[in-house]
Amino acid sequence: MKRMLGLTTLAVVLAGVANAQQINVKIGVLTDMSSLYADATGPGSVLAAKMAAADFMKDQPNVKVEVISGDHQNKADIGTQLANQWYDVEKVDMIADVPNSGVALAISQVTRDKNKVFVGSGPATSDLTGPKCSPNTVHWTYDTWMLANGTGKAVVKTGGDSWFFLTSDYAFGHALERDTMAVVEANGGKVLGKVRHPINTSDFSSFLLQAQSSKAKVIGLANAGGDTINSIKQASEFGIVKGGQSLAGLLVFATDVNALGLQTAQGLVLTETFYWDLNDSTRAWTKRWHAERNAAGKYPAMNQAGVYAGTLHYLKAVLALKSAADGKAVVAKMKEMPTDDPLFGKGTIRADGRKLHPAYLFEVKKPEESKYPGDFYKLRATIPADEAFRPLKEGNCPLVTG
Amino acid sequence: MFEIFGIPSAALFGQLLIGLINGSFYALLSLGLAVIFGMLNIINFSHGAQYMMGAFTAYLILQYSGLGYWPALIIAPIIVGFTGIIVERVFLQRLYKLDHLYGLLLTFGLALIFEGVARNYFGSAGLPYTVPESLRGGQNLGFMFLPNYRAWVIAASLVICIGTWFVIERTRLGAYLRAATENPTLVRAFGINVPRMITLTYGFGVALAAFAGVMAAPIYNVSPQMGSELIIVVFAVVVIGGMGSILGAIVTGFGLGVIEGLTKVFFPEASNTVIFVIMAIVLLVRPAGLFGRRA
Repeated sequence: MKRMLGLTTLAVVLAGVANAQQINVKIGVLTDMSSLYADATGPGSVLAAKMAAADFMKDQPNVKVEVISGDHQNKADIGTQLANQWYDVEKVDMIADVPNSGVALAISQVTRDKNKVFVGSGPATSDLTGPKCSPNTVHWTYDTWMLANGTGKAVVKTGGDSWFFLTSDYAFGHALERDTMAVVEANGGKVLGKVRHPINTSDFSSFLLQAQSSKAKVIGLANAGGDTINSIKQASEFGIVKGGQSLAGLLVFATDVNALGLQTAQGLVLTETFYWDLNDSTRAWTKRWHAERNAAGKYPAMNQAGVYAGTLHYLKAVLALKSAADGKAVVAKMKEMPTDDPLFGKGTIRADGRKLHPAYLFEVKKPEESKYPGDFYKLRATIPADEAFRPLKEGNCPLVTG
Repeated sequence: MFEIFGIPSAALFGQLLIGLINGSFYALLSLGLAVIFGMLNIINFSHGAQYMMGAFTAYLILQYSGLGYWPALIIAPIIVGFTGIIVERVFLQRLYKLDHLYGLLLTFGLALIFEGVARNYFGSAGLPYTVPESLRGGQNLGFMFLPNYRAWVIAASLVICIGTWFVIERTRLGAYLRAATENPTLVRAFGINVPRMITLTYGFGVALAAFAGVMAAPIYNVSPQMGSELIIVVFAVVVIGGMGSILGAIVTGFGLGVIEGLTKVFFPEASNTVIFVIMAIVLLVRPAGLFGRRA
């Protein structure tokens, strides 16, 4: 009897230890806090990661998640330095967001070397799941292939079969231009010319004039942020659209539409994977985001939604493994488990690290069609998850081809 | 249609005209810088931020009082010019006797603060501002489509530039100003309130920046970093023209706008470096700038 009692006590004690075994996870949101991508990512992304951590800890009290953040200033060297410090000194387990394709490629490499996890929501380049893919990287929200495929195909199919490109002269712009040209040509269109402009150009009139005289039906904007805003604003001034040519914004965030105003942006066709006003659960999430973001007139962009969803799924994988120590194992678990979150719905992560979910082709509303603040888009088409992203075989990812 | 270096002449004329338009902004901004440097000996690094403040003030005027572009073109420079006067009274006037570097560092710090505050309240993506109703549309010139607003930009900037040059170089007020820069003690002996004149000059230079900001709001993205993107180029323009030379600032402003425009046709990737290449060459050949006087 006495022995029995002793064993029971031991069992109870052990169970208690097992229950109280706490999993500690530290997440670093590495993003652009102060420059051209800060509205579409930045503080809004940090908030999204914190919301995901809070939601997860509510259900799993024995997982303790800490979120820290840093500014990479759009410089690959600063980003790499910060990532090294986070992994080595701060004991960060996962880095999230990282807008700017150039910085993201560098972070992906560092993460692989240290066997941690990188869940990229901000970067665009499809190389992250192509030739530069890594067993430690998941690419969540969107990529250049998806943008090209969504917007490019839709525009060619509605008669825009001759193109002229305005391209931002760095890794991201080149990738977007390459992927879009392939889509245009595959669908029977042709490319009449292109001009590459330096990043952060304020005056586009020279380039627009060249685009105008090319007589192309469509002017494809392979740029982002302030550059896109300036090109669209000035194209409207130069009567490009009135003159019969149309604009295709290949990467336009809701924040850019907000900055342009509907008067200037109306009629623009664009592809996104998240829109705050898509359904009840995105609206409910946006309401919470708004309450904590405390910035009037701002709407969450798809990158920020991707940080939330990516962080949540990462934490689920860590819980399943009961440890965040082995980055490669966590990513393998993330790929094995189906994803499910309120913002992107159900989905999967492919062997090359690509997260699959539907993409949406939107058209910017006319000012008179917009009923309330933030009512930017009408849905033109939904591209199913299996068509929205580059087929696995075409990516040349060494993890797939072996 | 004949061709020049393989480019159809129509396209070339178009690019020349566009270069002239961009030159208008360079001229307006470098004019303000030249006035401030010429009269106060201060290298005003917050000029870009003050240009940004002009555009933001125009936006705020529209949001909170419903007044559109035309009233903003007058009101915004006055408001921003007034903040310039406060800056001069509180900070700058203590620095005139010190090395240029102190003024430069102070105004650079202020620029960072102004930008940071704007980013904190308005975010970095930018704010919408549209072309005024009366200047929408444009003219077909045969070789290009000239938006009415751009035509207005050239005209307004020419008038302001020539007016400022005339006041400073050809009037009694301008003569006082120039004299006060050369020898403040003597001018004060004639019963002229030199410190007040200097304060107003700084206010005027800042107001010019704000004026350029309002002019830019309908066509450029109104964002906190709009000034810092432009100001480096404008400084190069001032250096090429000769620090403190009013005429130099105006002529090089327009001239470099044209050269940059042509670069965008022949070698677009270099369009943001060409001005600095020219600056390096000019500094080697004429260290005081094209229109500058040797100190």
